[in-house]
Amino acid sequence: MASTTIQKTPGISAAAPPPARSGSGGGRVQQDSRSFTIISRVLLIFFALLWLVPTLWAIRTSLVSNATASLGASAVLTDTSPTLHSYSVLLQSGDIWNWYMSSAITSVATVALTVLFASMAGFALSRMVFRGRKVVFILMIIGIMVPTQVLVVPIFRELSAMHLLNTYWSVILPQVPAVIAVFIFKQFFDGLPKEYEESARIDGAGFWRIYWSIILPLSRPVLSAVSILTFVTVWNNLILPLFTLSNPKLMTIPVGLATVQGSYGQRLADIQASAILGALPLIIIYFFFQRRIIEGVAGVGVKG
Amino acid sequence: MTTETPSLPRTRPPATSPPRAEAPTAVERERPAWLFLAPFSIMYLLFLVGPTIYMIVASLYNTSLVKSGLGTFAGLSNYVEVLGRPDFQSAMGHTVLFTVLTTPPLVILAFVFAVLANRIRRGQWFFRLAFFLPFVLPSASIALIWVFIFMPDTGLLNLVQGWLGMTPSAVLADPNWAMWGIAAATVWWTIGINFVLYLAGLQDVPREVYEAAAIDGASPWQQIRYLTIPLLGRTTTLVVLLQIIASLKIFDQVFLMTSGGPGQATQVALTFIAGVGFTDNRIGVASAASVVLFVVIMLIAAARQGLTRFQNARA
Repeated sequence: MASTTIQKTPGISAAAPPPARSGSGGGRVQQDSRSFTIISRVLLIFFALLWLVPTLWAIRTSLVSNATASLGASAVLTDTSPTLHSYSVLLQSGDIWNWYMSSAITSVATVALTVLFASMAGFALSRMVFRGRKVVFILMIIGIMVPTQVLVVPIFRELSAMHLLNTYWSVILPQVPAVIAVFIFKQFFDGLPKEYEESARIDGAGFWRIYWSIILPLSRPVLSAVSILTFVTVWNNLILPLFTLSNPKLMTIPVGLATVQGSYGQRLADIQASAILGALPLIIIYFFFQRRIIEGVAGVGVKG
Repeated sequence: MTTETPSLPRTRPPATSPPRAEAPTAVERERPAWLFLAPFSIMYLLFLVGPTIYMIVASLYNTSLVKSGLGTFAGLSNYVEVLGRPDFQSAMGHTVLFTVLTTPPLVILAFVFAVLANRIRRGQWFFRLAFFLPFVLPSASIALIWVFIFMPDTGLLNLVQGWLGMTPSAVLADPNWAMWGIAAATVWWTIGINFVLYLAGLQDVPREVYEAAAIDGASPWQQIRYLTIPLLGRTTTLVVLLQIIASLKIFDQVFLMTSGGPGQATQVALTFIAGVGFTDNRIGVASAASVVLFVVIMLIAAARQGLTRFQNARA
């Protein structure tokens, strides 16, 4: 395993060099190869378009009236008077703004705490010698395997005992110990050259100064990768806020959307518009950071 | 390939660091390490170790949500109850069914898409958008979109079934098909992660291998059969195990799309646990069920860790 998986995988998005075609391949094989390329292109484009259908269908439905949407799929398909009515209703009702607010607050706070705490722990594991280091390391590996969703009942009990239910903290705190982040940081730090900090240490810098003013500034790629991945994970978490937030004002986007099916009833266009609005921040994030997101999940998966 | 880099004469840093003026004692040296570890460790203890211990302890007591404290000691009776309950058995059965329905398409389709996409140089962004974007969207949006597609009589699926001359089906309302509907939505939603993992694996295969095979007259099918599939073996192991673990933890799609229904037809392990814990207020029984699921997932996760380490050691 290379020292940093995050850095190891940028090949996914960087356009790979064109295949150097060797002329000595023999006519039949080249013929084969060409028809294979055409078939694979057609197949892949077919599947990719198929994969876009559900999203496009939701967008399409969100742009017709509720009356048209309730008439059925063919009415939606043939509708000729697109309207933004559903979006204006949702954006004026205010619920969605509360949900956006809750999701933004909990996601940003979790990202800040996770990145700070996990990078500090990763720094200790990468740069410091101490007794019990091996034990800490093993505990972290076990921590990666723990399925936190399965712990939802005890976490609920614990938050209840701490009087944190129906506060943002009930969503933030349980998601901070994302062990995988410690490993990502440790691996990245392991790959950083030690020359800078050695000269800083000779100048009398302590560990905190080395961590804060030398290591972190060199770690922008991994900091942003962990931040984005944590943000997406926390934003999309349903099971934790579902049980810890019952106050409608505090609901995050997933919990709010979970109530939509029941409370909007037959307002089918509005329901699809709310699905799109709930997904919109992540669609925007995807377009801005797609390379980081894809490298990040591939790196995490490979290391995991 | 960087193996051919000529070794330039460079000024190397001294092999040994200069001796320190005063050697700090062991405690002084170790204190900063623990200070750096402390914030994360506290959260780890509070929200991973603590709940795990509470779950194990509560599974041995008649703990209830409405009363504080653990309640009376129950021994293993919660386990006996859970393992004997038909609704827990069927929930575990549905969880396995979901895993069986989703894992093969999620692995095979992702592999095929990645192999095909890897041959196409231009427009990669389009395939990543199509296959990967759904993965970053909230499950709640996915559920709303798919429930609407599956809507009986008026949904898009029924319209397409009509075009194809098939009898329209009410997927999510039909106990025999509801899990298939959830599985289809899940395959659509999560294939992106496997697609990306396979693409990353493919990038690691040196191009020379294929060139050599092409020169030797191997057809594209032969190349895939005898080169790509074996060379991506590690990725496949990883993807399959990650997929199984993710499938065992399924909650969102079931909760949002069918709430375990119709009847109990799509009740899975985690919706069962949430129902017993939060609706029936029986924390002890829910904890026992959690321990069972926890152990199953940890065993598979440990197998995955072991395999990865073994493969890394061999590589």
